[in-house]
Amino acid sequence: MIAPSAILGIARKSLRTNKMRSLLTALGIIIGVAAVVAMFAIGTGANKKVAEHISSMGSNLLIVRSGSTTSGGQRMGMGATPSLTFADAEAIQKECPAVALADPSASGAVQVVYGNMNWSTRSEGTNGGLLAIQEWPLGAGRNFTDSDIRSSAKVCILGQTVVTNLFGDEDPVGKTIRVKKVPVTVVGVLKKKGNNAMGQDQDDTLLLPITTAQKRIYGSRFQGRVNMIRVKAASEAEIAAASEQITALLNQRHRIRTAEDADFSVMNLTEIMEAAKASTQALSLLLAAVASISLLVGGIGIMNIMLVSVTERTREIGIRMAVGAKTADILFQFLAEAIILSLLGGILGIALGAGASVLISRYAGWSAVISPFSIILAFGFSAAIGIFFGYYPASKAAKLDPIEALRYE
Amino acid sequence: MALIELRDIRKIYDLGEVRVEALRGVSLSMEKGEFVAVMGPSGSGKSTLMNILGCLDVPSSGSYLLDGRDVSNMGKDDLAQVRGQFIGFVFQGFNLLSRTSALENVELPLLYMGVPRQERAKRALDALRLVGLEGREHHEPKQLSGGQQQRVAIARALVGGAPLILADEPTGNLDTKTSDEIMDLFENLNRTKGITIILVTHEPDVARYSRRVVTVRDGLIVSDEPMEKRTEIEKEGECA
Ligand SMILES: Nc1ncnc2c1ncn2[C@@H]1O[C@H](COP(=O)(O)OP(=O)(O)O)[C@@H](O)[C@H]1O
Ligand SMILES: [Mg+2]
Repeated sequence: MIAPSAILGIARKSLRTNKMRSLLTALGIIIGVAAVVAMFAIGTGANKKVAEHISSMGSNLLIVRSGSTTSGGQRMGMGATPSLTFADAEAIQKECPAVALADPSASGAVQVVYGNMNWSTRSEGTNGGLLAIQEWPLGAGRNFTDSDIRSSAKVCILGQTVVTNLFGDEDPVGKTIRVKKVPVTVVGVLKKKGNNAMGQDQDDTLLLPITTAQKRIYGSRFQGRVNMIRVKAASEAEIAAASEQITALLNQRHRIRTAEDADFSVMNLTEIMEAAKASTQALSLLLAAVASISLLVGGIGIMNIMLVSVTERTREIGIRMAVGAKTADILFQFLAEAIILSLLGGILGIALGAGASVLISRYAGWSAVISPFSIILAFGFSAAIGIFFGYYPASKAAKLDPIEALRYE
Repeated sequence: MALIELRDIRKIYDLGEVRVEALRGVSLSMEKGEFVAVMGPSGSGKSTLMNILGCLDVPSSGSYLLDGRDVSNMGKDDLAQVRGQFIGFVFQGFNLLSRTSALENVELPLLYMGVPRQERAKRALDALRLVGLEGREHHEPKQLSGGQQQRVAIARALVGGAPLILADEPTGNLDTKTSDEIMDLFENLNRTKGITIILVTHEPDVARYSRRVVTVRDGLIVSDEPMEKRTEIEKEGECA
């Protein structure tokens, strides 16, 4: 057999001589690889988005809601008395060993004013646990203290968007703003968190002590009662235990005998999100399978055109054999042609797939992540396809009888 | 030692129902430097004989010694090796690679001999010069006349330094004038380089360039005589 470099030279020349045929042959691989890369990018992007969403909500998160969602699927109306109390939250935190933190929550919409600037934002009442639950660190200042909560202190913590809109470059800590006309002192500023998976600006928020929020700002009808308690389990392994302990504790505190009577529900958010994550993973697997099939079809396309090409080039093969080409020389020439086409198709396909991913992520709001893994996979796949589907036509070419090949019209 | 030594060569094509006996016991010996014309009616077995001589095919029985080596039972790859080393082919239909320059066509045998690229180009250019195609090395076959294409084919047959050129009706597709030019080229190669040439032809005018004429009929050699004698016979015939 002659040198591999010589074989490559012959194959390259032959491909260049028939540019159109080469392009058509590679087209199947181009589309297949592009599909693999794009599908992977979209699948990975979706996974990443879900993962981000989970972590932005806080890990090991459980949500206790007032009212029954389990019995008859009927939730209590807005006017109904919330069944959860501050004391419930305190008890959950103290008495459930699997619980790290419990935070009663009440949100609202407020108008805030500083100097001649004003801004409307979302407000959130908390006992100070929210920061730890959502793993949202302070950028400056301090968290609420127990005494802030007990005394319904007129203090607040601002999200970055509120800071920007009220203060610009000024340092807000220690300044007094008016929240629904009530003067409140800024004691802390949250770090920037960015948009959540739904595209909402999470930094457009203002935190208040839950007591302050209910008494001084919202003027709630049901003081000391909330519709929601956020709970952080002590660890991932204890999420289920936490859920059971909370249910048991609240059943006891609310004197509930049967599950149907429960005036609260415990939602395990992590579980829901994990399920969502698993389903996006399943989706991306499905996409990858579809893409792989198109790659397979592309490979069969290569084989098809190579087979036609071998027939078309019978006389060429005869000439090469007549002047001394051995079986292996012909075999490797055609194999090299198939592999070069597949790899070239692979490279073009990767470029096309990456481009498509970027376009999709830009116009459809999907995030797309082009992973090196998918590129390596696509590349390996196309090389394998070149060898696999190139071998049969190549061996057919190599087995030709020189005389018959020369006589072929 | 003879360059070619055929002993009782038979070639049978078994087509299932019919068996075609294309060669029925051919024995032939040729020395280095001979110039032989093979003549005979269509279907007499000339091409079959040439294919065996050219190691493109193997005989059904009989022995073939090429330069002292028995090639009658060689495998496909060994035959390819022998072809590359010993034999240059010139065909009636030229058999050049289309869309490939004259130079690259001539380089082809060298490629399969493993000659490095630079030397390949140099030797191919030399061969093209020898056949009078200097300046046409980058022309593709379709940009060349029939005579020029056949010259490219001859250059390709020469380039590997093969001592034997086999030409099956090399002037079959050419007009008389071009045929003469091609035959002059063959004669020149035979005379100056000592290359052994065996060619198949139907035309006495072409055969006249050779120095020995082998006539085949129904798969057998019916006459094998020097050219001079034949010319004399023909002349006598003309006189009478
Ligand atoms: N591949 C083949 N299969 C079957 N028969 C063949 C084959 N090649 C040649 N023949 C037969 O062998 C005989 C000699 O053919 P050939 O050598 O081509 O004759 P020529 O070249 O003298 O015209 C013919 O009868 C032809 O039909
Ligand atoms: Mg013939």
